[in-house]
Amino acid sequence: MRFKLKKSYVEDLRLFEYRSSLMWYLALLAFLAVFPFFAGTYWVYNFMLAGIYSIVALGLNILTGYTGQISLGHAAFYAIGAYTTGFLTTKLGCTFWLALPLAGMAAALIGLIVGIPALRLTGIYLAIATMGFAFIIDQVILEWKYVTNGTNGLIVDRPTLGPISFNSDQAYYYVILLFVVLFVWITKNFERSPTGRAFIAVRDSEVAAQTMGISLAKVKTTAFAISAFYTGFAGGLFAPLINFIGPDNFSIMESINFIVIIIVGGIGSVHGSIFGAIFMTFLSEIIRLGKDVLPEAMQRMVGFQGAVYGLILMAFILFEPLGLYGRWLKIRFLFEVFPLYRRDTFRKKRKFYRSERSR
Amino acid sequence: MAYFKITDLTKRFGGVLALEGVDMEVEKGQVYAIIGPNGAGKTTLFNCVSRVYSPDEGAILFKDKDLLKLRPHQIARQGIARTFQNIELFTNATVLDNIFLGRYMYKKSSVLSEAFFTPWVKDQELKARRKVEEIIDFLDLQAYRDERISSLSFGIQKIVELGRALALDPELLLLDEPSSGLNPEESQDLCFWIEDIKEDLGITIMLVEHDMRFVMQVSDAITALDFGRVIAQGHPREVQGDPEVIKAYLGEENGATP
Amino acid sequence: MFLQQIASGLALGCVYALIALGFVLIYKATEVVNFAQGEFMMLGAFVALSLMTGAKLPFFLTIFLAVMIMGVFGMVLERMVMRRLVGEPIFALVMFTIGLSIFLRSIAGMVWSTDTFKFPTVFGKSFTQIGSVTISSMDILVVSITAALVIILYLFFKFTDIGIAMEATSQNQFASFLMGISVERVFNLIWAISAMVAAVAGILLAPILFIHKDMGFIGLKAFPAAVLGGFGSIPGAIVGGLIIGLSENLAGVFLPAWVKDVFAYIILIAVLMVRPEGIFGIQEKKRV
Ligand SMILES: Nc1ncnc2c1ncn2[C@@H]1O[C@H](COP(=O)(O)OP(=O)(O)OP(=O)(O)O)[C@@H](O)[C@H]1O
Ligand SMILES: [Mg+2]
Repeated sequence: MRFKLKKSYVEDLRLFEYRSSLMWYLALLAFLAVFPFFAGTYWVYNFMLAGIYSIVALGLNILTGYTGQISLGHAAFYAIGAYTTGFLTTKLGCTFWLALPLAGMAAALIGLIVGIPALRLTGIYLAIATMGFAFIIDQVILEWKYVTNGTNGLIVDRPTLGPISFNSDQAYYYVILLFVVLFVWITKNFERSPTGRAFIAVRDSEVAAQTMGISLAKVKTTAFAISAFYTGFAGGLFAPLINFIGPDNFSIMESINFIVIIIVGGIGSVHGSIFGAIFMTFLSEIIRLGKDVLPEAMQRMVGFQGAVYGLILMAFILFEPLGLYGRWLKIRFLFEVFPLYRRDTFRKKRKFYRSERSR
Repeated sequence: MAYFKITDLTKRFGGVLALEGVDMEVEKGQVYAIIGPNGAGKTTLFNCVSRVYSPDEGAILFKDKDLLKLRPHQIARQGIARTFQNIELFTNATVLDNIFLGRYMYKKSSVLSEAFFTPWVKDQELKARRKVEEIIDFLDLQAYRDERISSLSFGIQKIVELGRALALDPELLLLDEPSSGLNPEESQDLCFWIEDIKEDLGITIMLVEHDMRFVMQVSDAITALDFGRVIAQGHPREVQGDPEVIKAYLGEENGATP
Repeated sequence: MFLQQIASGLALGCVYALIALGFVLIYKATEVVNFAQGEFMMLGAFVALSLMTGAKLPFFLTIFLAVMIMGVFGMVLERMVMRRLVGEPIFALVMFTIGLSIFLRSIAGMVWSTDTFKFPTVFGKSFTQIGSVTISSMDILVVSITAALVIILYLFFKFTDIGIAMEATSQNQFASFLMGISVERVFNLIWAISAMVAAVAGILLAPILFIHKDMGFIGLKAFPAAVLGGFGSIPGAIVGGLIIGLSENLAGVFLPAWVKDVFAYIILIAVLMVRPEGIFGIQEKKRV
């Protein structure tokens, strides 16, 4: 185990606890910066997708992981962001660089509006209500043809900035990378600020949070709005990435996929959001890696992907509820304390007959 | 004008009368104990003050302000902090973060400035940290600073909860069974801390407690409740000797009283 | 025309109610929100279809067997998987059953292909004349079977020992455990009953809708029904199902077509804004 002598409170506010971890992150950033130069388009494209999912996952984690509010409707915020950029740039000729923050804000505004009735709802009630909200937004997309073109969808171009065009995948990659870094940084800032702590307080005990002077209404709507902002912003980045958006991109399955990302990565952590996004983006790759194990015929069956997807989700909840990041921490811990760990160090506590019905 | 005054407080849960016409006055600087057998309504009384429940009748005035007009989260801003009988800490956060949350209501930063962690926010956090460290020193919690609540013993958790309440810088502190679950040593520490909180920090304390020795040691005045009614009130010695109180605790031999 | 809409709305509402009943039974006893309930229904319909077209068994035997098979399926699922998840946070349970639903859908696609099937019904398209209204016989059958099922379940919970044990478990698991009720057996049975109810719903729905691996998505419409009634309340599930079925059909008549599909959710959100715990639900607050 590593110990560090701290000499001032400022040290606890640093983003990187150790100098060595700062070095590692810089190295990672450098790698990501040169990545498009040697990797093929396929990889670059998927990394962009993973980047966008990372932003969504960070946002969803703020609501679900930190504040403890379940949302089965995040695809709606994603759609709002995507259609806002699409509509503003293609139909109103607005520049992408203005449309993008507006996409986030539009989603945040709707997030606020959803957040207010959601205040009195908890658990399954909230989950189903947000799912209903997403279905309603789905219908609005289909019907509000002036903005969305209905089932015909919208064609959205990649942006330009003065003389620079981000038309190629390689170029647009840097736009996304920039924003992923930005949102990671913002999330880390929330983690060390009063609002971030208030999120956790509301998740862990609403009554106690209130006695701290925390207004549940304010904190929950803030979480909804921030989360929607992230997701809408990601949607705004997503539209030019795939060039074409239609109602199919934002179904209930997409909402579920977002949650799967944070579960697989690890709920309530920045690392987890990114691990999960990368893992789920490259899932089909990962399945292909496991190809040798399975008979060819099974591979080609319809629904094979779906079955594996469902299995992975179930397996994580059963065996690895802390997600990939949790697993990583455990492995690191074992190395650090080797040979002192005991087999039961990470034994799951059995929580018999505990009720969540009352809160 | 009383500092803290409860008049005619009544609270029903369906058919159960948890509180029935309770009157009580607390003076500034007192340690005021509320005693009574299980189910007497002591916790309900605290819950009415901190607005977890709304009483059916009666009034609660703190410095002449009607607390019943406020929402739960506004109570803290009046200068009232509390702890809970069964501990309501933020279990998945560290001790440091829990106590930090006591400083939440003093924050002046906006969500936007926190998103970018401006130097001003950093300054605010450092100031809050200094306050938090004072409390950690006061309660000897240095060793647990970075521990998660879920990994701490019950006794330590109780003390952290006290620390979190103190971080609010309250004028009035409500402690619900602070010594239950503490070992004798911790219990003795708590006695000294309560003295210090009263003398040095000038905080008025109301506490619910079953341990009579503890109560006699720290309190200036007592109210005894039974089945939601006040059965004795006044100086600790008087209340302790009151036949009604003895009866409530020991029950009557012939079992005539309900 | 209007009355006919009401009749078919009632029939649809009954199917929603049956699926919702499945959610509620499981939730009441085990606190698991089973997102795969719609897929149970789909499996029930497919099993019945295979028995009828593949094994060429008579109609009523088919139904009986299909319901039994699903009951066993529910038991096995509980024993092998769900039991490990007792006490996990609700969020994990929701996501687990969502994973299960995706898995079952894919498996059904592999086994029965992704085609659409039509369920042979003994009634065909016959109609019954009641006064001035013509109502499809199928609608009447759906309503009466639902009513019968609800009465049977009611009697079961009220009068049989195991039914009472289930009721007790749903009130307080730990106390029931201490009273010597085998909580595990109760859970096992409740999953079986739930899967059986789902199978009935699937068989009833099959002639109204088509049989398809994705037919379980209709479960997502039964959710508003269960939540509307108050999640965990059996009468709530029935009332919620009927409200959703009826209002959806009436919305189809009076409102623009696109509203119909989301009308269940519009009603749900409207009701939850007034009563966040649903119509029959009770909101329990944690005692501090
Ligand atoms: N939320 C509630 N719903 C229903 N009844 C309640 C509720 N809270 C308290 N009661 C009832 O009110 C009465 C008083 O309870 P209270 O918790 O105030 O007792 P207490 O004096 O704190 O007892 P103890 O010493 O055991 O903590 C009890 O009969 C209790 O069952
Ligand atoms: Mg109490």
